[in-house]
Amino acid sequence: MSEYILLLLSTALVNNVVLVKFLGLCPAMGVSKSVDSALGMGLATTFVITLAAGASWMLENWLLAPLGLSYLRILTFILVIAAVVQFTEMVIRKMSPGLYQALGIYLPLITTNCAVLGVALLNISQQFGLFKSLVYGFGSAMGFTLVMVIFAGLRERVALSRVPQAFDGAPIAFVTISLLALAFMGFSGLNI
Amino acid sequence: MLAAVLSLTVLGAVLGVVLGVANRFLQVEGNPVVDEVLEMMPGSNCGQCGFPGCAGAAAAVVDGSAPATLCPPGGKALASALAAKLGLSLDLSGMDDSGPKLAAVAEELCIGCCRCAKVCPTDAIVGAARQIHNVLREACTGCESCVPVCPTEALLMKPMPVTLQHWVMPRPAAVA
Repeated sequence: MSEYILLLLSTALVNNVVLVKFLGLCPAMGVSKSVDSALGMGLATTFVITLAAGASWMLENWLLAPLGLSYLRILTFILVIAAVVQFTEMVIRKMSPGLYQALGIYLPLITTNCAVLGVALLNISQQFGLFKSLVYGFGSAMGFTLVMVIFAGLRERVALSRVPQAFDGAPIAFVTISLLALAFMGFSGLNI
Repeated sequence: MLAAVLSLTVLGAVLGVVLGVANRFLQVEGNPVVDEVLEMMPGSNCGQCGFPGCAGAAAAVVDGSAPATLCPPGGKALASALAAKLGLSLDLSGMDDSGPKLAAVAEELCIGCCRCAKVCPTDAIVGAARQIHNVLREACTGCESCVPVCPTEALLMKPMPVTLQHWVMPRPAAVA
């Protein structure tokens, strides 16, 4: 049990997808203007990454590896991810039209979020079992959500403060996220 | 080779069927009145009403949180059409409507900065950098987004000129 908790912690904090592996920066910059939509985006991506991690594990171990088709890995994974994202979009449009409006174009763009494909591929290269890859996907997604929410909170505070004109807008956001990345580097000293 | 083609085909077909079934079960019925009102709006999403776009404005008009007169580009014609459709009482006195207007570029003032072309929601403004811009009348919806961004105040709203395509026979003067 503690093994899984450690895996969850280490993927969410120590090997954070956004701030340590630099995957999924597009939504991290794009949808982090308000905490609400950042949380929604984070949860939608969590759903997609967890499902995609499980589905890609099953595809790899039950279809691609037995047939010797590992060279089709990226193609099939993208196919599955696209389908999962379409499904998520339908669910969100049904469950929460407000969130659907707030996420806008970034919702279908989860397909091209490299964190999703990255987690699926890293999963395979680390040769986890099915449950472990689900935990790995969920932990990475939780790290993504955590960073999205923290960063959106910071950006909301920055939006209210007086920023020098040269830094206003995207530049101060990049400075902020780089400081956040430095802070997350502190977790690499965590002894787990 | 065969295994690769077959497995991808089967995978794609299965995913397609799953998504199709999911689409059937998760279909969203939008309010049909909102869709009809949205059809009546100019559709250029200019944002003059204060809502993010025509879809937001249509929803607000239908649920009653905004008056029928909310759309400046639509003018009195749209306001009365909306009021008739939704059965609202209408007060047109606050509306300044001197007929449809289109944007026009004053050539002597235009410096060719392209700012107006960037904000135009319908791409009605043509012209390259440092060249005098022009407005395509067929594409302009009169949303006035370009007017505030012009640094030299070269964009003016002019009444829509009467052309062969737009001319309509005037109504006969009322007989007393």
